[in-house]
Amino acid sequence: MVGVEGSYSDKVIRQFAVMTVVWGVVGMLVGVIIAAQLYWPGLDFDIPWLSYGRLRPLHTNAVIFAFGGSALFATSLYTVQRTCHVRLLSDKLASFIFWGWQLVIVAAAITLPLGLTQGKEYAELEWPIDILITIVWVAYGVLFFGTIAKRKVKHIYVANWFYGAYIITIALLHIVNNIAIPAGWFKSYSVYSGSVDAMVQWWYGHNAVGFFLTTAFLGMMYYFVPKQAGRPIYSYRLSIVHFWALIAVYMWAGPHHLQYTALPDWAQSLGMVFSLVLLAPSWGGAINGILTLSGVWYKLRTDPILKFLIVSLSFYMMSTFEGPMMSIKTVNSLSHYTDWTIGHVHSGALGWVAMISIGSIYAMLPRLLNLPKMYSTKLIDTHFWLHTIGLVVYIASMWIAGVMQGLMWRATDPENGTLVYSFVEALNATKPYYLFRLGGGLIVLSGMLVMGWNVYKTFRMKAVSTAPQPLLPPDAADARA
Amino acid sequence: MTSAWTWYVVALVVLNLLGCLWLLKGNTKRSPNDPKPDETGHVWDGNLTEYNKPLPRWWINLFYITIVFSVGYLIWYGVGNLKGFGHWSSKSEWAIDNAAEEARLDDTLKLYAGKSIDVLAKDPNAVSIGRAIFINRCAACHGSGGHGAIGFPDLTDDVWHWGGTPNRILETIQEGRQAAMPAWASTLTAQGGATAVDDTIAYVLSLSRPGQPADAVERGEKLFAGICVACHGPQGKGNQVVGAPDLTDSYWLYGSSLASLHKTLNEGRQGTMPAWKTILGDTRTRLVGAYVWTLSPHKEPPPAGAVVAE
Repeated sequence: MVGVEGSYSDKVIRQFAVMTVVWGVVGMLVGVIIAAQLYWPGLDFDIPWLSYGRLRPLHTNAVIFAFGGSALFATSLYTVQRTCHVRLLSDKLASFIFWGWQLVIVAAAITLPLGLTQGKEYAELEWPIDILITIVWVAYGVLFFGTIAKRKVKHIYVANWFYGAYIITIALLHIVNNIAIPAGWFKSYSVYSGSVDAMVQWWYGHNAVGFFLTTAFLGMMYYFVPKQAGRPIYSYRLSIVHFWALIAVYMWAGPHHLQYTALPDWAQSLGMVFSLVLLAPSWGGAINGILTLSGVWYKLRTDPILKFLIVSLSFYMMSTFEGPMMSIKTVNSLSHYTDWTIGHVHSGALGWVAMISIGSIYAMLPRLLNLPKMYSTKLIDTHFWLHTIGLVVYIASMWIAGVMQGLMWRATDPENGTLVYSFVEALNATKPYYLFRLGGGLIVLSGMLVMGWNVYKTFRMKAVSTAPQPLLPPDAADARA
Repeated sequence: MTSAWTWYVVALVVLNLLGCLWLLKGNTKRSPNDPKPDETGHVWDGNLTEYNKPLPRWWINLFYITIVFSVGYLIWYGVGNLKGFGHWSSKSEWAIDNAAEEARLDDTLKLYAGKSIDVLAKDPNAVSIGRAIFINRCAACHGSGGHGAIGFPDLTDDVWHWGGTPNRILETIQEGRQAAMPAWASTLTAQGGATAVDDTIAYVLSLSRPGQPADAVERGEKLFAGICVACHGPQGKGNQVVGAPDLTDSYWLYGSSLASLHKTLNEGRQGTMPAWKTILGDTRTRLVGAYVWTLSPHKEPPPAGAVVAE
């Protein structure tokens, strides 16, 4: 054993963990509101700030960057300390990142309902906020890689590769896609135009999915699945292959968002084939996680946290199969612009991203508070079933609605060659499924509220202690001077 | 796209796919120094370890298959300015599909060519095709039931601003219409003083709704007789030749609120019906016309005193 002194820096992690739950509830609540608006359009009460077009980006930004982002900050800064056996590079920097990121979220929550937007999906925030994001992100990079640099172990644990790749790539994507010429404080114009603008936007958009919502959460998976299962990772070499393949291939997949548009045919072809090549690298991560459970499957009977983690991997496999299929031009001509896409996104976002985050927070929070477990394991199980059932209702209704829309839009009368349905008829046919979707969303949201209660009660437990946790000395064989 | 860019893209693609193959090859075989599958070398955070088990065979094969497929696909469909062996382009695929659909449509349409819309309206097949076209082309403004909206005429009543004869309706559909109500407020005010706009509105409203303030109506009538009469006629019954609405009926294209009438006089109105003949062709506009013909009861004749267009 090598003698080590000092403790882990956990305050920022507790802060981000709590905000994960708060923003999860808020983001999903906004989602439920706009789902209700699709069924009852009058629910905007003719107030511009509440109109669907303004609340929808608020929902996506809140769940991706506020909920998902907070979960990633919390788990990455937790993981990097535990697996490097060292305290964070700087507590002040960590605090700056926390408050900076919350400021970004609040700025988003104010400007988006005001209608201030760049009009780029998932990159709606206007340029002053973009600059703030860049500063916070660079600070995050310095903190994360600075901590890696002073690590006490020789080998960098696999979770940190994924978190590292995500931090670097998101910086690149965010800056390139948001280069714009300001026209006042609240308005800017992208430097790109036409199909180049579209291509840059979806290069960003798909890699936001690829690196923010996939690579980073794989980092989370690589720490919390083996920890919770108490088993070694299934295969080191598999993690090498799928890591490098994933980050190399994801970069190409963006054009599949622009099939059958003004983008050149060959670029569409590249987007499609690289999406197909992406199938194996994506599944590589999922099977590495799932096979880690070999020999301890029985634990799923008693541990709802493990259920969250493993079911999230199942949804990850399903949506990374569905994605490449939808990128095939022939399939895309049916699925594009329909609610099938919305279903696909939510099987990834609520199935994979949310479930792995929720599971990880449940696993991490008691440790941060020096507790053996959360206030109630039964409530975690309740949350698991609410989330799973709500999610399945949501996805199934969007699948049916989406395929139906695609078929109705393209239906021509074989007798005379005219279109059979109008847009409004397809919309009418979709309406019942919007109600089912709203129901599914409500069930998922109620699960998040159960989580909120459980977290609150956990913080109120008598045994709670935020006493600093001493650094764990690295294994002698792995120690680094 | 220049050749240099094409080869740049090709080189990146090849490099990337070769890189994947190299990763796969390099990690499927075990060299003597590699840790054994069940060996867990390093330990992190007390108990985090890794096996080094082989990659699943089916997974490796899946990876190879997608790479082989991709290479084949790109060779067949082309990259950059290198044409694929399949000679495919989205433009040519569209052209082929479109030609096939057009040919099928021609077979359908020739039955109805050149017929008057009231004649076609008696043929249920023609009306059904007309409805299919209407709901996809016209419904955006006129509504899927043809009931119109503010600024877009209701087609289910007997009010025809540009004339309700079969020929006139067809002409409206085929050639489009450009209505031009000028902004009269300043002219009216110059002639009748500060209350002129209100007076004119009072008079116009009195044509269909008695009980407007008598003095305002009286002043408004004079203004109307000097200016509005040119298009809307001495009794306000309208003129179908220029699309000037009948002001004595209960139908208000832009609504009958005072705010709307003020806007009409202050800013004018420029209602536009696009010309559909160049987009849909002659026969399809006739079929739409046939459907539109069936929407109206055709019971009320045009108002006496109106200029009627044939």
